[in-house]
Amino acid sequence: MLTLLVAAFGMAFALLVPGIAAAVGESVTGTLQTSKSGPIQGVEVKVATADGNEIQSVDTDENGRFSIPVPGPGQYVVTLAEGDLPAGVDLGTNGDSVTVTVGPGRAQPVLFGLVDGTSNAGGGSIEAVQLLVDGIRFGLLIAVCAVGLSLIFGTTGLTNFAHGELVTIGAVIAWYINVRGGVPLVPATIIAMIAGAGVGILNERGLWRPLRRRGTGLVAALVVSIGLSLVLRYLIQIVYGGFSNPYADYQSQRAVDYGVFTMTNRSLASIAVSVVVLVLVALMLQRTKIGKAMRAVSDNRDLAASSGIDVDRVILVVWMMGGALATLGGVLLGLSDQVQWDMGFRLLLLMFAGVTLGGLGTAYGALVGSLIVGVFVQMSTLIIPSDVKYVGGLLLLIVILVVRPQGILGSRARIG
Amino acid sequence: MSDLIDAFQVAGKAFFGFQAIFFALLAIGINVHFGYTGLLNFGQIAFAMLGGFGIAISVSQWGLPFWVGVLIAIGSAIVLALLLGLPTLRLRADYLAIVTIAVAEGLRLLFRSVSATPVTGGTRGLSAFNGSFIALAPWDTQKRYNILGTSWSGGELWVALIGWLIVTLFTLLVWQLMRSPWGRVVKAIREDEDAVRALGKNVYNYKMQALVLGGLIGAFGGMVYAVGTGSAIPDQYQNANTFLAYGALILGGAARVLGPVIGSMILLFILQFADTGLRALISNGAIPDTLFSSTDVAQIRFVLVGIGLMLLLVFRPQGIFGDRREVMLDAR
Amino acid sequence: MPAEPTAHGAHAAVPDETPAAAPTRESAAGRVPQRLAQAALKDLPWEVGVSKPDPAIVVDKVTRSFGGLTAVSVDHLEVQRGGITGLIGPNGAGKTTLFNLLTGFDQPNTGTWSFDGRDLGKLSPHQVARLGVVRTFQLTKALSRLTVLQNMLLGAQDQKGESFLRALLPGAWRRQEKENTEKAMDLLRRFKLDAKKDDFAGILSGGQRKLLEMARALMSDPKVVMLDEPMAGVNPALTQSLLGHVKDLREEGMTVIFVEHDMDVVRDISDWVVVMAAGRIIAEGPPESISQNKAVVDAYLGAHHDAPLTVEEEDRVLAEADAALGREDGLPPGRPGTDEISSDGSTR
Repeated sequence: MLTLLVAAFGMAFALLVPGIAAAVGESVTGTLQTSKSGPIQGVEVKVATADGNEIQSVDTDENGRFSIPVPGPGQYVVTLAEGDLPAGVDLGTNGDSVTVTVGPGRAQPVLFGLVDGTSNAGGGSIEAVQLLVDGIRFGLLIAVCAVGLSLIFGTTGLTNFAHGELVTIGAVIAWYINVRGGVPLVPATIIAMIAGAGVGILNERGLWRPLRRRGTGLVAALVVSIGLSLVLRYLIQIVYGGFSNPYADYQSQRAVDYGVFTMTNRSLASIAVSVVVLVLVALMLQRTKIGKAMRAVSDNRDLAASSGIDVDRVILVVWMMGGALATLGGVLLGLSDQVQWDMGFRLLLLMFAGVTLGGLGTAYGALVGSLIVGVFVQMSTLIIPSDVKYVGGLLLLIVILVVRPQGILGSRARIG
Repeated sequence: MSDLIDAFQVAGKAFFGFQAIFFALLAIGINVHFGYTGLLNFGQIAFAMLGGFGIAISVSQWGLPFWVGVLIAIGSAIVLALLLGLPTLRLRADYLAIVTIAVAEGLRLLFRSVSATPVTGGTRGLSAFNGSFIALAPWDTQKRYNILGTSWSGGELWVALIGWLIVTLFTLLVWQLMRSPWGRVVKAIREDEDAVRALGKNVYNYKMQALVLGGLIGAFGGMVYAVGTGSAIPDQYQNANTFLAYGALILGGAARVLGPVIGSMILLFILQFADTGLRALISNGAIPDTLFSSTDVAQIRFVLVGIGLMLLLVFRPQGIFGDRREVMLDAR
Repeated sequence: MPAEPTAHGAHAAVPDETPAAAPTRESAAGRVPQRLAQAALKDLPWEVGVSKPDPAIVVDKVTRSFGGLTAVSVDHLEVQRGGITGLIGPNGAGKTTLFNLLTGFDQPNTGTWSFDGRDLGKLSPHQVARLGVVRTFQLTKALSRLTVLQNMLLGAQDQKGESFLRALLPGAWRRQEKENTEKAMDLLRRFKLDAKKDDFAGILSGGQRKLLEMARALMSDPKVVMLDEPMAGVNPALTQSLLGHVKDLREEGMTVIFVEHDMDVVRDISDWVVVMAAGRIIAEGPPESISQNKAVVDAYLGAHHDAPLTVEEEDRVLAEADAALGREDGLPPGRPGTDEISSDGSTR
């Protein structure tokens, strides 16, 4: 049954993989630029093998591009000279060196993720507003992903460490439809969300429901979810590759100036979409029959079952919803940070932080907690370097656990 | 066919190499946490990273003697355990799981960050800190030695020897602890904390002691690994290793003294065998290039580990040698 | 809080003095505290909050609420030393929550309570247990993957080998371990579990687990034993033996507080009965007073009933009330071992 599930996921990807191009001559390529500075010329970029033998170093051209041939497929370390960067441009989360895996015949793009110096141009308070707005966008995105995680925990008790992979799978499916299939991103996202709901169903029907029937304990289920997370994550890496790729649409937008902050239209759309979706989720939980049933099951499963609620059906709907929402969150994340094989896993920790912060198992708690985590993570870059901003979010999680372990909206009883 | 024999030999070395020691120590620590006390530590690799970097930073950055580095490594692992335990050990089990996994990832990000580069060497890490330890070897560390058809450098042999000695010592320690009344209390905590509280035991203290002990053993794993490879690089300490160690533990049997050791040896053997075997099969065309290429092998290993972990947990939670009867009693 | 060293010796010696067969304990009955407790309580008025001649536990103005629901609100309660006090009331009356509060498993919103004049507020469960107040749980907490004997040994207090460092030196604890094992075997024989000493506790029947949990509690030489529904889910054949054991506790000078639904049991063994409903104590008195108490009848039936009940009627009514409340709680009727507040102090 489990192998079946795994096979099913594998199949799904295999179908999406196009034939491998038979080009020869591997290389690493990239473009150094930020939205403010434009292309950055004259930065030395060096390529070395994984064990440190230097292969070649070049300077970026007037378009900020570099392309360095490498001897064959394998792992390479690409390093840029930090000193060559112009004022106002800083290294991003990836630091000054990136390890890439070059596939056979592939020109491997390298992403340094440079940060532009918006902050240095504006004053402190303006920077804070900018970060706040960006934090709200990020927090809403986390919330969209985390609502499912929280509802799954509430209804089944499962701490699902494979939830991040739902995010990645969604983003990757949308990428294949959008970039390889040539479908515009909006319909591609909708198709991917349907597929994501399907992945959620597959999770529940193929794995978790049978495990519940077997009476597998919650701790065992937790470890199983970690196993599933590993399987899916590395299957994605095999199928999709270790690259960062953008979607085909909405990439070349310039930031629009709103006075105290600037924002690209896609970020604005991201906020709008998140808000609309979260409001819809809240309305559904509050008004519809299935939503009330979800809250009832979260609150007390036995009671819900004895008052005639079909618990299995509710859980199935929760998984569908979780899968679809995770997909949407994945696409939004891919829009802002590009699509990567482990994007969901990295977001998972922040989702957990948000969900724990808000109170494990409460849908609104997940919302509030995620928003706080998102804003905190972005705002923390006022004080700490941006490449360790996630660490700040995790610290916040620990502090909250010390002060208020039940979370902001959780009840004390839940922490046992 | 000769490819497979090669694979077997390489895998045979993996059976005893410091990778196996590394995973054995990680898994012994996890056994104390998860197997005996029921603590869900999913960030064991963080302890190993502090172990490895404790020595590396002390020696190559601060110029301290090797043994002071060892003490610093031990100290920082203890501090980490206390920091992890203080907020979470009073709460339900999942909280420790979430916090440990977060800290393991967070610490690695921190160590590889630009701002930490002056101390940790950033993404490139640190090297050249094991010289004075290798120099202690009673034989020529430059020569290569052939043992049972596998080839070892003198330095490797020395680290492996000391490593297995450490594994033996910790195995004996855990064995002695778990047959003592102390072990009885932690095992009881695994079964039901409240019952143990009602019997007048300070559950929080015992959990903390177990967390520190297991973390410390994990830190020794990191030290052996760093000294063995001669370098400490943050990205070597991916949290996937924690899950590999869980796989090893469950394979060998949780809550068994020798479970983690045997499990790690088998796991490493399987992984190395699969690795070399897969590469051989791909290179001679038995597996078509369109399905997997040789660059995918590292990922396939993790996929296999994940599948293995799931299958074990579902179908043989007692491990390959365990007694099913005992696990069926698991109330959780 | 280490127990006095002499206590160990004294109690360990008990089984030697009295042969294992329980009825022969009559010989010691001349000075049994049972009679003392009963005699002392005989002349007390049957009113809520009445003060006892020799209280072991005193509770004052303790309240605990979950969200908007007040689970416990006890103004004043004293528990007589050396007696068996029965705690009854419909499901959701707050009995288990009161147990949790008294043993440190839950913290009240307000109030104080003490044992032997020592304030128990703010103490954690293990500190309360070390003072000699041990409890059992409604849902039995046998430690499944430990053997019956290991379960027992866990109950012993002040074990040297339970400290991390001394655990590494078997010489430091081996003798004490041997003594504890002997004591455990004596208790197991008394509870007829000695044949199962090497079995995992997880494979025992429900009734045997209840016995084991009680025996394990006795390993700590407690002064107060609090039993949360000791008879729930126990087959009738074992009930009598369990009852006998509870009476034995009193005869050894322990104070016993127990929660029970079966009125026959309560009437049979209690010296004093406390009735709770909706978090409050609505009546207390000797067992025979309870069926005549108007507040109790009202609590179980609503206020429109005036004629006193016969014993049979009362039992039937109580059973019906339990069943009705059980349904409200979302539980199958006729399953008494389930309160709204579960034994670990959390609202399910």
